[in-house]
Amino acid sequence: MADESKAPQSPDNPKPDASGTSTAPPEAPKSAAAPPTPTAPKPPSPPPPKPPAVLQVPLDNDLTQRYRGRFGPAIFDALEDRKQPYLVIDARQLTEIARYTRDEEKFDLLEDYTAVDWPRREKRFDLVAILYSFAYNTRLRLKIPLAANEAAASLVPVWPVANWLEREIFDMFGIRFTGHPDLKRILLPEDWRGHPLRKDYDILKQDDAWVRENLGIESAQ
Amino acid sequence: MENTLHDETTLKQNTLLGADELVINMGPQHPSTHGVLRVKLKLDGERVIGSECVIGYLHRGVEKIAENRSYQQFAPYVDRMDYVAAVSNGLGYCEAVEKLLNVEAPPRARVIRTILTELQRMASHLLWLGTHALDIGALTPLFYCMREREEILKIFEKYCGARLTTHAFRIGGLQYESYDTFEKDVERFCRDFERRIQEYVDLLTGNSIWIGRTRNVGVLSGADCIALGVSGPVLRASGVQWDVRKATPYAAYDQYKFEIPVGANGDTYDRYMVRMEEMRQSRLICLQAIENIPAGPILGKVGKVLKPAPGEIYHSIEAPKGILGFYIVSDGGTQPYRVRIRPPSFINLQAFNKMVRGHLVADVVAIIGTLDIVLGEVDR
Repeated sequence: MADESKAPQSPDNPKPDASGTSTAPPEAPKSAAAPPTPTAPKPPSPPPPKPPAVLQVPLDNDLTQRYRGRFGPAIFDALEDRKQPYLVIDARQLTEIARYTRDEEKFDLLEDYTAVDWPRREKRFDLVAILYSFAYNTRLRLKIPLAANEAAASLVPVWPVANWLEREIFDMFGIRFTGHPDLKRILLPEDWRGHPLRKDYDILKQDDAWVRENLGIESAQ
Repeated sequence: MENTLHDETTLKQNTLLGADELVINMGPQHPSTHGVLRVKLKLDGERVIGSECVIGYLHRGVEKIAENRSYQQFAPYVDRMDYVAAVSNGLGYCEAVEKLLNVEAPPRARVIRTILTELQRMASHLLWLGTHALDIGALTPLFYCMREREEILKIFEKYCGARLTTHAFRIGGLQYESYDTFEKDVERFCRDFERRIQEYVDLLTGNSIWIGRTRNVGVLSGADCIALGVSGPVLRASGVQWDVRKATPYAAYDQYKFEIPVGANGDTYDRYMVRMEEMRQSRLICLQAIENIPAGPILGKVGKVLKPAPGEIYHSIEAPKGILGFYIVSDGGTQPYRVRIRPPSFINLQAFNKMVRGHLVADVVAIIGTLDIVLGEVDR
């Protein structure tokens, strides 16, 4: 099999039939068609590729200055993407920053808490907390980069809504939260193996052993 | 506050039961759980002293599917989350992708979107009202509510051919122009609906059984709601006058006058009153909107292949059940790198444990009903 598939690709070993008969005839129409091309008007050269619009711009306003002033190097970055601000912060100071965000900056609603997997990055995961302030009617995102086996401090003491959200992150990404009152799977069965929203978990993948044992079928596909 | 809001652990830790204590399972196959919700209840006689929700029976991995579909291909999937309010889901997703692409739907599309979404809110609340009243023991409202909901579904059917999972909107605007008698149909329904709402009010609002079963049941304070992330009518019934449609207007909501109803006590009765008033307000929005639907195109300039610039966006709307948010990350490809859906039902359900404690078993049914959850959205 391997030899056969390789044969047509190797140029020094052409098939006898192809070299003798079939290569010559195609040459003729090509040369006949060639003369008109120089006289024909040149197709308009494609416009130079536009420089990609930079949508992530550094953010420097009162809010970020307050954060930088208070937490200094723990604020890795402050950016704005499509006019939505976010801060990239150090996971080791998550609880302090979260408390400050809730109490001083009045972001009293943790609207959502999720994660994104970037397997090729040094810090594999981003935790993303989406916050809303009733007082100022503004939103802010906190991004917390995490290494593969790093655990994050639980946000449940600060925003109790984080309880089920962290359980879902644990379920889908396998990220652990220290100090969570009851960290266990929430959507998948408790004895399921694998974390489906990781990028290395294929969409057709499943816990075959679990499916066989609990559903009594060979495959759920 | 921080320790009392979560008592799920009490179930696990106190394995020794008292003489009068009992742990029972409610669901997942139980008609009043509105789907496949399983609740473990720890009872002391008839009184609930602890509970735990077991969910995930309907988990389909919607967020994983999103990463393996193009932006347009994923749009029909969002209809299958909150399947009684598919139009609202579609609006949230389409607007989120539009923001990611930095395009805007034309004015005509936005007004028609608003009308359909408000009709959907009424349909969703009608289904809630009918089934909630049925759970508590009032049979009649269900038939009335289904009758009105049918009229709304007929409008959807005439508009796009589907009744439930409509896929009514497209990224960038609308696929379908409104049909000839669209305005007339909406107006007829809205004019009629005023009288219909009065019928429900006559049946329930002053009904002493209804009041007895709903007053002071499942009380949530405004602070609890915010701490637990509860949104939508449940939040407003607890006295927080806040609505995404007013706070950060989307679609065409900034053009219309409407009120945000609030409750005072945060109990099941207040949530009933808030949703009833929301239906009246939705009706008013529809009437205002059909008066002046701007002419013009219905689909903005959107390519056939969508390749948003790398980056991310969060967009949220006021779905009938609460804040429905979409957090989409693009890596510049034709498929989203990550789609996170903030489901209002999932997060509202988390408050169940707090609401149910101290109540009787019969009230559990009322509290599940008043949260207005859809398991398709809880489990995704």
